[in-house]
Amino acid sequence: MELDFTKPEYYRNREDSWISFNERVLSEARDKNIPLFERLKFLSITASNFDEFFMIRVASLKDMVHAGYTKKDIAGMTASEQIAMILKRVQDVVSLQYSTYNRSLLPALKQNGLEVIVRHEDLNREQAKYVDRYFEENVYPVLTPMAMDSSRPFPLIRNKTLNIGALISKKDADKGKETTDFATVQVPSVLPRIIELPGGEGQMRSVILLEEVIERNIGKLFLNYDVVCAHPYRIMRNADLTIDEDEAADLLKEIQKQLKKRQWGEVIRLEVEDSMDKQLLKILKKEFDIKGDDIFRINGPLDLTFLMKMYGMDGFDKLKYKPYRPQPVPALMDCDDIFAAIREKNILLHHPYMTFDPVVDFVKQAAKDPDVLAIKQTLYRVSGNSPIIAALAQAAENGKQVSVLVELKARFDEENNIVWAKMLEKAGCHVIYGLVGLKTHSKITLVVRREEDGIRRYVHLGTGNYNDSTAKLYTDCGLLTCSEAIGEDATAVFNMLSGYSEPKHWNKLSLAPIWLRERFYELIDRETEHARAGEQGHIIAKMNSLCDKEIIARLYEASAAGVKVELIIRGICCLKTGIPGVSENITVRSIVGNFLEHARIFYFRNNGQPEIYMGSADWMPRNLDKRVEILFPLEDEKIREEAYHILQVQLDDNVKAHVLQPDGTYEKIDKRGKTLVCAQDYFCREAQRRAAKPKNPVHDRVFIPAEPVSEE
Amino acid sequence: MTTMFASINVGSYEVGMKIFEFSSRREVKEIDCVRYRIELGKDTYTTGKISVKKIEELCGILNDFVRIMNGYKVNTYRACATSSVREAKNWMLVLEHIKRMTGLTVEVLDNSEERFLDYKSIAFGEKNFYKIIQNGTAIVDVGSGSIQICLFDNDKLVTTQNIRMGNLRVREKVADLARETIHMEEMVEELINNELVSFKKMYLKDREIKNLIITGDYILELLKKPSVATEEFLEMYGSIIDKRPEEIAKQYGIPSESASMILPSVTIYKRLIEEMGAEKIWMPGLDLSDGIAYNYAQKNKFIRAGHNFEDDIVAAARIIAKRYQCNKSHIKNLENLALPIFDKIRKVSGLGSRQRLLLQIAVILHGCGKYINLSNGAECSYSIIMATEIIGLSLKERQIIASVVKYNTLEFSYEDVIGRDGITETDYLLIMKLTAILRVANALDRSHKQKFDKVHFSIRDGELLIHVETAEDITLERGLFPPKADYFEEVFHIRPVIRQKKMM
Repeated sequence: MELDFTKPEYYRNREDSWISFNERVLSEARDKNIPLFERLKFLSITASNFDEFFMIRVASLKDMVHAGYTKKDIAGMTASEQIAMILKRVQDVVSLQYSTYNRSLLPALKQNGLEVIVRHEDLNREQAKYVDRYFEENVYPVLTPMAMDSSRPFPLIRNKTLNIGALISKKDADKGKETTDFATVQVPSVLPRIIELPGGEGQMRSVILLEEVIERNIGKLFLNYDVVCAHPYRIMRNADLTIDEDEAADLLKEIQKQLKKRQWGEVIRLEVEDSMDKQLLKILKKEFDIKGDDIFRINGPLDLTFLMKMYGMDGFDKLKYKPYRPQPVPALMDCDDIFAAIREKNILLHHPYMTFDPVVDFVKQAAKDPDVLAIKQTLYRVSGNSPIIAALAQAAENGKQVSVLVELKARFDEENNIVWAKMLEKAGCHVIYGLVGLKTHSKITLVVRREEDGIRRYVHLGTGNYNDSTAKLYTDCGLLTCSEAIGEDATAVFNMLSGYSEPKHWNKLSLAPIWLRERFYELIDRETEHARAGEQGHIIAKMNSLCDKEIIARLYEASAAGVKVELIIRGICCLKTGIPGVSENITVRSIVGNFLEHARIFYFRNNGQPEIYMGSADWMPRNLDKRVEILFPLEDEKIREEAYHILQVQLDDNVKAHVLQPDGTYEKIDKRGKTLVCAQDYFCREAQRRAAKPKNPVHDRVFIPAEPVSEE
Repeated sequence: MTTMFASINVGSYEVGMKIFEFSSRREVKEIDCVRYRIELGKDTYTTGKISVKKIEELCGILNDFVRIMNGYKVNTYRACATSSVREAKNWMLVLEHIKRMTGLTVEVLDNSEERFLDYKSIAFGEKNFYKIIQNGTAIVDVGSGSIQICLFDNDKLVTTQNIRMGNLRVREKVADLARETIHMEEMVEELINNELVSFKKMYLKDREIKNLIITGDYILELLKKPSVATEEFLEMYGSIIDKRPEEIAKQYGIPSESASMILPSVTIYKRLIEEMGAEKIWMPGLDLSDGIAYNYAQKNKFIRAGHNFEDDIVAAARIIAKRYQCNKSHIKNLENLALPIFDKIRKVSGLGSRQRLLLQIAVILHGCGKYINLSNGAECSYSIIMATEIIGLSLKERQIIASVVKYNTLEFSYEDVIGRDGITETDYLLIMKLTAILRVANALDRSHKQKFDKVHFSIRDGELLIHVETAEDITLERGLFPPKADYFEEVFHIRPVIRQKKMM
């Protein structure tokens, strides 16, 4: 009998899996082998991750509940079941966040000469004097305290802001008849959250958080009142105007139908100090209409993202990783003409180990080159002062035809995008503002050059955005090529993006949302067929998230047929390993390290004729169905070897890798008796080594033996 | 350095532009191809006009094309429109508006020119073309408004016929009835069967057609390879014919709007395959914009043809002459007289090779009207030529030929000709010149006895000397010659004079 690989019990809920990912980030904050300040950074990331998670995912689930949408998810859970599960899980992780902060990080900081004064009551006299003066001079003028009484309604509390709620009572009002009122004040976001206090004893530096300073001086805000109690709180609203693109189209229709039922600005999370006065909490609960697990009682400062600012404090370099300087690309060293270098051979870029400069130079040089006719590029999440934007504008001014597709639908930074998009338009670029109903996520640049023997096209294809700042933090790959077949496809891509009909055929590239899904099916199924025919089947796939049901079902089918499937997935993974007869041949590992793993690489053994692809798409429904994504093959033997090497080193990682267990947990690898391999460190050193010896970069490569690390 | 050329095709359901690069290495390389879906034909075929809205949209697209052309620094372009503009009552306004809004000059091709370019695209683009046409071959070009069928045998074009039954036309015709039947394909078959039967009876007869070359969008995508055996084609047909266009689109990865036209197309192909009994189907996957580019490249000597396309036009004309039972040996003799005269006075006449071809076709067709009516042959010839498409010739060119044939025997004046169906002064001059030559040549074989089989020409002192070696009595020719000679002299300022050398 045919196995049904789509049974819900074979799948994990994506939110559940995402929370596991945040746990893995948290485990970095808890790892004593990591420099202290780096741990602060990881803890801060877990906090901002949760914020985004609530705003996008939980909000979306709430919408479903309000819309009466009963369709179950991939793992057979309804929206309300998911919310209940999420809240329970997040409550636990938040407890762990704060125990990490309180029990581990604070003592360690103190040991290393930085004291965080947790309660303003603990300030010494001198410090107290300083903060009071700081309050009067800097803080007081920007505060807007608001009170609620019979004539004034509950004020509007802004999403994600930190606030201090207080109960106040009238001084000397008719004795005996004391009434208490609610008052609130926002902790101003324009002021630094961390205030450093003047010279403590010896080498010790001290800091206090802004809300403590305000709390200490709160009496000054309500002069004719007694402040009964004051505690910080923070809310998260369902204020996202758009439905998360991951959700089904039928949900969208459902919500449109029931538009009225959607509760705009509904509070979906309330964080309060755990010691908050009961009466005060009752008021907040009532006003925000919130209860149960939606309320998080926090044992410590709310909104841990201030730790990122603490990371940035001067004087603690010893407690941070030495910043890594991206290395020159061997193929482009001692070379002024990037086009000549590309003509010589295809070039694989691996960021941030290798510098992102060649990509910027590619556009810069094209802008100045008299033989260049046109530059076309897709831009998604670009930094505003990007040198690429400047180069594109210059190219247009130099009379080149410049077409830029600007994706305005990139989360959170729409406004930013529109400013420089207008600037490009003014410079004479042809700007396409995205496509209706589709997010353009592909990363492709095409330079058309008129050379002696005719038109030649140079193409850069990447897995990451054209953003020179994130290219220092995200691991991504890119390919520079002047292959005619890819050049033709690239031209066709831009024609399609400009609104023209699709080409009659593609040479090399596979595009979402039309062809890519099928292409992945074919590639996976081919391995299954090889395995069924008694050949070896092998898939290695590296990506950010895996949550597409159909792809997972096909991976199960492949595994059941005997294909070895090795997955390197940083974030969400709805696939379960170790299901007897279904996924016993699948391993999943997640690398969470100093750099954000971001590349997408796909290896298929193809019966000894291996094929490796890179692209911009994860195996997620949104990438395969609702975005423009590009998958490109690595055709050059040498480059394929290099890409395989990247995958292999990641599979060998036993320092930062967490392996997914059949029970759904992720565990680090038992390192006893093994040579430690940290993939990110390895690539850093390798890039330095190769850049140091440009002469023969190919031969001094050291391959790690391809024996897989044994797993318990 | 290379030459950049843009060919723009304003079609019935799509506007497309291809950018080509011609290099001295005799290569035609396609650099870019943009296609935009806009159903101009839908307007024309239903209301007779292209709407203002569509024209605006079209200009928007063409402006973008201009931008792309500038981007590639394109040196020259040719923009052609086909039946959707040709059949629109407001075609002149359409062209004028395009000209003003985009700066582009768009020509309207008539069917025979369009098909000739399609045919050229195959002849240049399909590398097996010459091998294929050694055997009986039909090129079937299914357009939106009509189907063109060219038959080849033994390397030669045998006939070319147009059937007004294209895929868009068929789709629109059956669309209203679609609700009442689930077997659309049967309706489509019935629609085309009638046309096909007459075609078969008149032209196919017992010719053996081994190969079918088919053009048209997306047919290549259905079969995934450029040539298939008939069985494979029929298998594909069987697998898609019951499907809805959306399913086909999904299965083969083609745009669903195009898929709606695939069903009528494949049904037409299937019927033709059955009627002709072809064994192999070829799909070069080329279109009009390729033809425009190859035509330009050939004219400007970037590429050389392995095939003489003028021969095809001449062959097509001879087939028409044969059908109307023209005197073959008289034509042969006349060609041997008219063409050398043309060549001899080329300097004076200022005419080129294209005009020579027109003269040759006029010669071939000059007697076709007699088939209808002996005493009114001239008018009948004119009507026949105007009603018969000759592949490779434009409507204007056919008009010129028809006029030359007509005025070969009738007197005419400026007023008779000018303004009639768009004849311009230049055309009028050409008609006079060709008529003058034809009249002289015709006079030399007045008796249709080919007395002037050994003849050569020379020019001396403003006279065209016609040296004839013949033992025959040429009194008749001599007697009727002077008025023709007068006219010739009036036109060219050269007087033709007959010099007979008596052969004993």
